[in-house]
Amino acid sequence: MVDLAQFVVGGLATGTLYGLVALGIVLLYRSSRVLNFAHGDLAALGAFIAFTMLVQLGWPFLTSVAVSLGATAAAGALFYFVVLRPVKEATLLGRIVVTLGLALVLSGAITLLWGADTKVFPFPLSELRGYRLGGVFVSHLRLGLSAAGLALMGALYLLVQRTRVGLAMRAVSQDLVAAQALGIPARRIFALTWGLAGALGAAAGILTAPVTLLTPFMMLDPFLKGFAAAVLGGMDSMPGAVLGGWLLGMAESLFAGYVSVKFKTTLAFVIIILMLMVRPEGLLGREFHRRV
Amino acid sequence: MELRQRYEEDLFLVRGAAAWLATAALLAALAFFPFYTPRYLLFPAILVAINAVVAVGLNVLTGLTGQISLGHAGFVGIGAYAATLLAARLGAPWWLAWPAAGLIAAGFGVLIGVPALRLTGPYLTIATLGFGIAVHQVLTNWEALSGGRMGLEVPRVTFGPAALTSDQRLYYLAVAIAAVLTWAAANLARSHVGRAFVALRDSDIAAEVMGVNLTRYKVLAFAISAFYAGIGGALFAQALRHLEPQSFDLIQSIYYFSMIVLGGLGTVPGAVLGAAVLTVLPGFLSGFRQWLPIIFGVAIILIMVVEPRGLYGRWQRIRRYFKTWPL
Repeated sequence: MVDLAQFVVGGLATGTLYGLVALGIVLLYRSSRVLNFAHGDLAALGAFIAFTMLVQLGWPFLTSVAVSLGATAAAGALFYFVVLRPVKEATLLGRIVVTLGLALVLSGAITLLWGADTKVFPFPLSELRGYRLGGVFVSHLRLGLSAAGLALMGALYLLVQRTRVGLAMRAVSQDLVAAQALGIPARRIFALTWGLAGALGAAAGILTAPVTLLTPFMMLDPFLKGFAAAVLGGMDSMPGAVLGGWLLGMAESLFAGYVSVKFKTTLAFVIIILMLMVRPEGLLGREFHRRV
Repeated sequence: MELRQRYEEDLFLVRGAAAWLATAALLAALAFFPFYTPRYLLFPAILVAINAVVAVGLNVLTGLTGQISLGHAGFVGIGAYAATLLAARLGAPWWLAWPAAGLIAAGFGVLIGVPALRLTGPYLTIATLGFGIAVHQVLTNWEALSGGRMGLEVPRVTFGPAALTSDQRLYYLAVAIAAVLTWAAANLARSHVGRAFVALRDSDIAAEVMGVNLTRYKVLAFAISAFYAGIGGALFAQALRHLEPQSFDLIQSIYYFSMIVLGGLGTVPGAVLGAAVLTVLPGFLSGFRQWLPIIFGVAIILIMVVEPRGLYGRWQRIRRYFKTWPL
């Protein structure tokens, strides 16, 4: 019983991170139907920028994080203006290819600038110390990561649901032409969405870094899991992304605990394929209809 | 401009004396390649032939049928391991093991093709991506099958005249297989099957109304594409001589995908061209190995922005310009 509780708690902590990655993917997919394959690399870029500020320049933790989020957001918006705008006519395939290209460029640049060796990311919370609640151990680190993740999710919810900018983002995603006709500056909103997704990714990267250590490909696995979580919850639903993250985190944790640690990662993709076969729009996604 | 008056004239893949001469010259150049080039060029040439097989197959799926696959390395991996295990554990000769590997990969293609019927666009992309990664991870973790991280030795193919070195034998085998499969794909694209693929790429609902059986043709496209990948995998195993799951990861899938995008989607020569460029280019840029991912990334972004029809599309435009010059 204690085992089960421990697995669930661990799964929820990991699931929060997956949900955070999924949110960045869903945010972009909802507004512009672009499946951003570079999300993981944007996240890694954010973590590496924070690492440079923190370790090589010796800046305080919060300043470093803020600078990293800002820089990654700028990179996302820049990509929108420089590459995605000129190919806005492109097909689905074209847009996928372009973000794949960005992923290659970013991971290549990270390897070139910071090297491929593993680095330790100093985080002000410890993995070893923590609280024990009826036999279930929760480390300070996991608790802090989950709290930060939840806070970010809450902030994003408020931004999208309670502000004018959020309203504009929702309008653009529902009907681009009508939104433009009503005077919403769609280009700026798209750029903002890209920036927001980049910042979310950077936050996810910084929150993943203390657990996985820094390598250029550290975000590949969390990114793919975030993807799976997004599919599970529904590609156009932000609450779905969070729910999908938690479900996937728990499913993985339980699978690793009771069945097999080795095939833990494979589980996520089996879940994706099954989910897509049974309910392609995801748990909380809207069912899609096509017009001929 | 030539005028075609009868249907039979339209059937020729190669038309006119100049084209026949060029084809003959190309075949001769390929046949005598090992004798007039330095030895270190032989291995890249084998890899070009292998990647061309995979790219031509992927092109049937993505270029003709419009089903994006980001998991093609998975099919290649299945082919490679199937061929190696059939030869190593059951002692099957290569002429039996390789087609069997292709068929096994095609079986997995059908397995992915059936759920793909319900998926379009980004959802299909994610499903194939998931498939590719699942294959990679199963290969990494299922040690009884794959030797795990230690890898698997590939039994050498013994074939052909003893005067040739083993690399030369593999070269002829790979080039011959690549040539036959490329020719088959070029013919497939012109047949009613190829036209059905293109129809369901451009509008699946319209195609269905016109009498194209969506189920049959989508699954068929997956099966054919996976068969090519499986054969490519069997050859790749032979070229590598030592199989490791790392050769079939996500990055490899992205490279296969980049090949057909760079060469030109939906055209057989484009797929071969893309495979050749992306295989040979890293060799020339070996001094800039670290820059390679950035160069590749910028290249495929540029292709999408500047010339979505790829290198072959650009070549066609240049040729058309000079054909009608000075108009």
